[in-house]
Amino acid sequence: MTTQIAPAPIPKFDEADSGRKLAIICSKGNLDMAYPGLVLANAALGEGLEVHLFFTFWGFDMISKKHMAHLKFTPLGNTATHMPQGLGGVPGMTSMATSMMRRQIASIGVPGVPEFLEQITDAGGHLWACQMSADMMHLHKEDLYDRVEGIINASDFIEMTAGAQLLFI
Amino acid sequence: MPLASINGNQVHVDEEGFLTEYGEWTEPLAQVLAAQIGVELTEAHWKAIRFLRSDYREHGETATIRRVSTVGGIATKELFELFPKKPGKKMAYIAGLPKPRGCV
Repeated sequence: MTTQIAPAPIPKFDEADSGRKLAIICSKGNLDMAYPGLVLANAALGEGLEVHLFFTFWGFDMISKKHMAHLKFTPLGNTATHMPQGLGGVPGMTSMATSMMRRQIASIGVPGVPEFLEQITDAGGHLWACQMSADMMHLHKEDLYDRVEGIINASDFIEMTAGAQLLFI
Repeated sequence: MPLASINGNQVHVDEEGFLTEYGEWTEPLAQVLAAQIGVELTEAHWKAIRFLRSDYREHGETATIRRVSTVGGIATKELFELFPKKPGKKMAYIAGLPKPRGCV
């Protein structure tokens, strides 16, 4: 008796996510808080989603030419470092913790912030800067990473991301 | 993993249809896999597929889009043109490898 071997299933790559959009609001300028938005944006792009990142308040450091390559990490106020809190205030601790975190990130093949933004935009992601933050900090388009598409206000962003799933980080 | 047939070849696949045995993949089979997901293989596609195959053989993990770009030398933009929408998974499927495990 012969057994009939079934044809292999074919993955449905193009069906599931058609038209799905993700909007991520990046409001933090700490090194550790920059990554969740970048990693998720990158993953969503790899799944075929339309992705918009909106940088606001401290998140402006992620796209400012001056700071984007120099974000820092502090153990202060973060109990998950499992260090005595007093140590976080010791002079030099921020730069030590920052370089340690940078090494850990690089060791798993994850790029620094500027290179990560380059990868995200190469993959079709859109970067937007917040008008109010730019006004507050007296920053202009030329102060920002070249691939930022524009400085837009909150209403523009809401309008542009109609129907999108939204993450605030 | 169940045995299934793809264009007359008997191979082992997972529930989504990704090949699970590295040695069961052949280049003619890749042509069939690619056609099934609407990709017509050109030399540029083959460059990516061959990188994935050799990188997996050496490291035991499917390369992510970033790795194909930084180590394999094929730009991210190009990968999204060659394998639209989901380059990471499409490349892995055609190369007969598991989906990439890495996040970045």
